[in-house]
Amino acid sequence: MADFDAIVVGGGLVGTAVAYGLARRGRKAVVLDEGDIAHRASRGNFGLVWVQSKGFGVPEYQRWTRRSSEDWGAFSAQLQKETGIASGHERPGGVTLCLTEEELDKRRRMMAQLHLEAGETNFEYEILDHAQTKKLIPAIGPQVVGASYTRYDGAANPLYTLRALHAALLQHGGRYVPNARVEHINAAPNQFSITINGTTYAAPRLVLGAGLGNKALGEKVGLNVPVRPVRGQIIVTERVAPVLPMPTLMIRQTVEGTIMIGESREDAGWIDTTTPEIVHTLAERAVKTFPFLRDVRIVRTWAALRVMAPDGLPIYEQSRDFPGAFVCTCHSGVTLAAAHALHYAQYVIDGALPPELARFSTRRFDVQAAA
Amino acid sequence: MFKLLPDTPSERVTVLVDDVTVQVPPGYTAAAAMLMNTDEATRTTATSNQPRAPYCMMGVCFECLMEINGVPNQQGCLVIVSEGMRINRQQGKREINV
Ligand SMILES: Cc1cc2nc3c(=O)[nH]c(=O)nc-3n(C[C@H](O)[C@H](O)[C@H](O)COP(=O)(O)OP(=O)(O)OC[C@H]3O[C@@H](n4cnc5c(N)ncnc54)[C@H](O)[C@@H]3O)c2cc1C
Ligand code: FES
Repeated sequence: MADFDAIVVGGGLVGTAVAYGLARRGRKAVVLDEGDIAHRASRGNFGLVWVQSKGFGVPEYQRWTRRSSEDWGAFSAQLQKETGIASGHERPGGVTLCLTEEELDKRRRMMAQLHLEAGETNFEYEILDHAQTKKLIPAIGPQVVGASYTRYDGAANPLYTLRALHAALLQHGGRYVPNARVEHINAAPNQFSITINGTTYAAPRLVLGAGLGNKALGEKVGLNVPVRPVRGQIIVTERVAPVLPMPTLMIRQTVEGTIMIGESREDAGWIDTTTPEIVHTLAERAVKTFPFLRDVRIVRTWAALRVMAPDGLPIYEQSRDFPGAFVCTCHSGVTLAAAHALHYAQYVIDGALPPELARFSTRRFDVQAAA
Repeated sequence: MFKLLPDTPSERVTVLVDDVTVQVPPGYTAAAAMLMNTDEATRTTATSNQPRAPYCMMGVCFECLMEINGVPNQQGCLVIVSEGMRINRQQGKREINV
């Protein structure tokens, strides 16, 4: 029997961020993580720490995302100090580039609405025409009619971030158990135990941070977590000298020089392979946006599965049947990594989620759809 | 450093390695042509400028990146030489002109 303060199921960006936050606050945390055959969005994503366009119609989500993006700098610095691993986080602002007047109009309306919904938190943004956009990013092509810009946006290297989180977790006395697929949970209020390969892990807190695995795991502790896979495909190019000074929603350049072109949104069930049609569409739009990409070499393409709730929002909840059991899951686990490590972990320790997260409760799924 | 195999055909293709004219057997790759004519690094890496040279010679490791006929970042071990081919070292990241 191994006693902990908290068991976290799932060792991706979400689970590890929460576990790291717990360990940093002196709590004994153990992460139980399935093997490499698991679907792992944290290893296949685009790496944006993105604010603009998040939370349309849901100001709570805009605020939570903004908060995480504000925290990211300190979060990344702290990880680097503790582990020596740089997350590659940068926050130069970001743009969503529009290729038609309709796209730009839609964008304009959306940003105005986000600004209204932000209220006193004041969402600052700019709508740029072609010339103004070109000033920011000279590499755009003539077909770019304009863009929306906010200074809140940025990006990080999700793989380094994950590695840093794992290293920092261990440094703070946390445990990581690989090849530990959880199927059974012994649950009583504030008393949980899970047996893996003959070892029983016990703790008064349980955090489900298992991405797409949360659906099945939630059922075991009275949590309704209706996440489903949404596929995304990404193209990666050779490394080139710096040419994109800030990330755009679909295309960004990494610190190392690689250009990443993403990302589709497809309902493809559990199939996580690329398709020529989608890669073609992505590449076509990329070349329209940045003509120089025409002769830049593609070195890789991949697909991964997003962890998506029916309304696209995070799911944060504590079980009513089994207090002490929490779920933490979202479709923007890079963006929200700082919030999960710095804040969500504290809520788990407190044993209560704050009112500002009430909008992300599973209660929203209890409403019956009208026929 | 390298020796030719005894059964190498006697014909030669003329290529330019770093602007120096060299003769290599037909069927050679650009990476082999470069290796035949230097003991030094054939590229520097994109992020940390470390010296590197072809390694696997079968398209896997990307250590053989070179500029071939003006096109940067090509895997030299996968490109067969042709008459007049210009092969240059790849220094750091490829530059982009916009
Ligand atoms: C193509 C694509 C692009 C994206 N782009 C961005 C972006 O730009 N910015 C952004 O913020 N987000 C982005 N995301 C989303 C982001 O990647 C995810 O939100 C995040 O990785 C989710 O992390 P996670 O830890 O919840 O899930 P995962 O990474 O899927 O990790 C879940 C972990 O749980 C484990 N697990 C599952 N079931 C069990 C079980 N029963 N027992 C034990 N362990 C289990 C698995 O082994 C896995 O390690 C993107 C996603 C995709 C697919
Ligand atoms: S030498 Fe390894 S890819 Fe060319």
